[in-house]
Amino acid sequence: MDLSAINPILLLASLMVAATPILLAAIGELVVERAGVLNLGVEGMMITGAVSGFIVAVATGNPWIGFLGAAAGGAALSLVFGVLTQYLLSNQVATGLALTLFGLGLSALMGQGYLGIRAPAFPDVHVPLLADIPVIGPIVFQHDPMVYGGLLIVAGVYGFLHHSRAGLILRAVGENHDAAHALGYHVRRTRMLAIAFGGACAGLGGAYLSLVRVPQWTEGMTAGAGWIALAIVVFAGWKPWRLVLGAYLFGGVTVLQLNLQAAGAAVPVEYLSMSPYLATILVLVIMASGRSPGSLGRTFHAAR
Amino acid sequence: MIRLEKRPQPSRGWSYAAPVLAVLLTMLLGGALFAALGQNPVVVIRTIFLDPLFSEFAWFYRPQLLIKGAPLVLIAVGLSFGFRAGIWNIGAEGQYIIGALVGAAVGLALYPLESRWVFVAMVVAGAFGGWAWAMIPGLLRVKFGTNEILVSLMLVYVAESLLAAMALGPLKNPEGMGFPGSRNLSQYPGAANLDLIAGTGLHWGVVAALIAVICAYVALARHIFGFQVRLAGQAPRAARFAGVRPARLVLVCMGLSGALAGLAGLFEVAGPAGQVTIDFNVGYGFTAIIVAFLGRLHPIGILAAGGLMALTYIGGGIAQSNLGLPAAAISLLQGMLLFCLLAVDMLTHYRVRLTMRKVA
Amino acid sequence: MIRRTLLASGVAAAALMAAGLPALAQDEPTKVGFVYVGPVGDGGWTFEHNQARLAVEEEFGDAVETVFVESVPEGPDAVRVLTDMALQGADLIFTTSFGYMDQTIEVASKFPDVKFEHATGFKTAPNVAAYNARFYEGRAVQGHIAGHVTESNIIGYIGSFPIPEVIQGINSAYLAAKAVNPDVEFKIVWAYTWFDPAKEAESANVLIEQGADVILQHTDSTAPQAAAQAAGNVYTFGQASDMAEYAPMPRVSSIIDNWAPYYIERTRAVIDGTWETQSVWQGIADGMVGIGEITDAVPAEVKVTAEAIRDGIVAGTMHPFTGPINKQDGSVWLAEGETADDETLLGMNFYVEGIEGDIPQ
Repeated sequence: MDLSAINPILLLASLMVAATPILLAAIGELVVERAGVLNLGVEGMMITGAVSGFIVAVATGNPWIGFLGAAAGGAALSLVFGVLTQYLLSNQVATGLALTLFGLGLSALMGQGYLGIRAPAFPDVHVPLLADIPVIGPIVFQHDPMVYGGLLIVAGVYGFLHHSRAGLILRAVGENHDAAHALGYHVRRTRMLAIAFGGACAGLGGAYLSLVRVPQWTEGMTAGAGWIALAIVVFAGWKPWRLVLGAYLFGGVTVLQLNLQAAGAAVPVEYLSMSPYLATILVLVIMASGRSPGSLGRTFHAAR
Repeated sequence: MIRLEKRPQPSRGWSYAAPVLAVLLTMLLGGALFAALGQNPVVVIRTIFLDPLFSEFAWFYRPQLLIKGAPLVLIAVGLSFGFRAGIWNIGAEGQYIIGALVGAAVGLALYPLESRWVFVAMVVAGAFGGWAWAMIPGLLRVKFGTNEILVSLMLVYVAESLLAAMALGPLKNPEGMGFPGSRNLSQYPGAANLDLIAGTGLHWGVVAALIAVICAYVALARHIFGFQVRLAGQAPRAARFAGVRPARLVLVCMGLSGALAGLAGLFEVAGPAGQVTIDFNVGYGFTAIIVAFLGRLHPIGILAAGGLMALTYIGGGIAQSNLGLPAAAISLLQGMLLFCLLAVDMLTHYRVRLTMRKVA
Repeated sequence: MIRRTLLASGVAAAALMAAGLPALAQDEPTKVGFVYVGPVGDGGWTFEHNQARLAVEEEFGDAVETVFVESVPEGPDAVRVLTDMALQGADLIFTTSFGYMDQTIEVASKFPDVKFEHATGFKTAPNVAAYNARFYEGRAVQGHIAGHVTESNIIGYIGSFPIPEVIQGINSAYLAAKAVNPDVEFKIVWAYTWFDPAKEAESANVLIEQGADVILQHTDSTAPQAAAQAAGNVYTFGQASDMAEYAPMPRVSSIIDNWAPYYIERTRAVIDGTWETQSVWQGIADGMVGIGEITDAVPAEVKVTAEAIRDGIVAGTMHPFTGPINKQDGSVWLAEGETADDETLLGMNFYVEGIEGDIPQ
């Protein structure tokens, strides 16, 4: 074993990249859950975003437009969930699971003509000056733009939730939809917007895989990332900044165990890979109840 | 302006008509999809929905419906109690895995002992495994008020990692040339869960599913437990006055659903699947949640919903091999079917009113 | 009309099958079924099997009809799909994943007149043949190139699962690299997946960060290629399919699973009535393992010697496991001039001397 082979700077840098797709999907789901809706279809929206982003990027030759397409694709799929749960009052758990099934099938059909094609290149940015700072520069300032995009979205969500009136309404709707309705807020409209935002973010997360990380379209390429995103939201206690920590922890465990393996350490991979989930449960227990949005997962129907 | 008005009582008529409407809707939407894929929609729909039941090889497909449907029904029946009482165990997939692991471990530990008691011990162990795994979110909710939806979901991932670790490590077949996966339990007479009547698909899991449906029906209709469950779901405060102890109800509901999921896993690993492998779980635990809702949390409804889901799996397989339909189209169709069922279900509980907007 | 006759013959087939009698309709095209473990769009393992299916269709035209079912879980679903295919009149069925082994044997016992071919397994029956590819032969060519081109002397290896097939590849590549570069060191990570682009990308990045400038992979996505390209100046090899879209750099050569010749040969045997059970393990010479074009990123003289190794394996003058070879613990495995027997290779669970680390248990 030679642990000195592990370069902590590079480890941290690659961790930021590894965490980006799940961070993107998770920040969307966080907003959805803060609005009181539990959408278990993240995996389905992610993979739909991955394929629609890829198709658009190949067609236009521009990865930026690809990301827009991915957001649109994810949002469109999420609206199916929105209409069913908000207007037709179906159960959110069942509808979310059905959405994943639907999304996996839809993406595979859409992507049939796009196998073995490469996505247009999406170059890294080297933030001027900052990238040359020793130690911090390579870790923080030499990534592709979407790494920063993800963090910006997190910051935006934080600002929105805690420093804007609309964010206050969204949280009120999530805590107690009956009270929010009584106060005259549009529960359904708020939730539909939140759901669409969640879908768009999940789509971006998926497209990060198909346009940057892999970058190619292959069926089933999200390989469970959407489920991890759900776990991170819980781990973060529905707080945007803790979400970043959670995403880095979940992404970090994988990167770390691979690093240990490459350094020759005998790693019990399977046991290590379950540790973030156990940590999440621990966090849930320590936080106790009351912290999760009050109306999470419950169907809203105004008496009139 | 369309308005939904909650019915005082769920509509009886619609509760029968809605599923039929949903299936018809799915056939229409699915037909359009298949036509878009260049297939003859009528042939595809017939292949998926009717061939498993009425084609020349139906004698083979019908038993397969039992094999595919039994775990779904068994798990869904267990879940339905908790769902009625507002206790959300969505980690049945994990309990299914652990039930199979614990049961298989007992069987493999006794190998090559020849006694039918091996199977009995495995059944007990499987139910215990599922029960114990479900007790974790149950106890955490009771003791700490932790959200059981999220804990039970997290435990699915933990169970999947455990499954992989077991298939690669302790339970690996010593005669398997180093490949991951356990001995084949279905080839170990003491432990095998084979067809009770050869060729019918009727293994112990099917029997257990049927017993579970009957017991659940009786419990809901006549037993105090069924009453408590229904009351806790519909009027939690009233339930408390009526002497329902919420903590106990949580533990009983979680434990029951966990034990049934564990049993389903055990019957699967000892019979149709045969082996503990890395990919042993194929999503029965999650699909069963959908089945429970499609069946309106009613035992008979669950039986029908489980049959319908099994039908689309088997019909979908036939459509793939006979018509060259991609697997993705089948999963898309299943998604549509679920969406349609969930959408029209609204008609059972709500009345659609067309109202004129008053001019101010 | 056709439907009706099919129906009639189907009923007859059912009746005959129940009686255990042959049910071959002579005038109809030979029907060949394929059962895939992943989607045909995975770009790797299943993709290549499907390419071979298309090659069968092309070769025989109307004389053969092929059917396939993709993404079939290894378990009861495989039994159902296999039985269904046999009932629908398939004459020959290829089951293309190790995990279908017991299911194939089980279904085959009920259909004595349908021929089955199971990939990468070790069980056979009168109507079940087993076939596998000697991927380790291709690994020797890769190891040779890797040993020459590496400057850091660190070669990264992404393993899928610690099973004999993968361990053979690691040992074969290591021996070939060591032969041309005594300072070479292997860093091995196990991804515990055959296909997970994100995880493969991370594995590749980790290896690159720890100094590897050549990466060999036994997983099926192109994510490691993309990671190598982003890092710059890292060599990779295509796996399962050619991955030519990453040539000439970082992909400098590849191992291609080429099942087409075997599938065509076995289909022809069924048509001719000469099919017999067997257990074959074919390599480069038979065309089952293809070596993708070695690009100009590899120095010309290395390309020549690498091709010489390939040709030596084809001619039978060279074996990747030729003694003297010691096991990792220093005990003698093969004496001078001795070559490995297939049985040891098929159950290979040890590293050769020089590789560090333990195989996970």
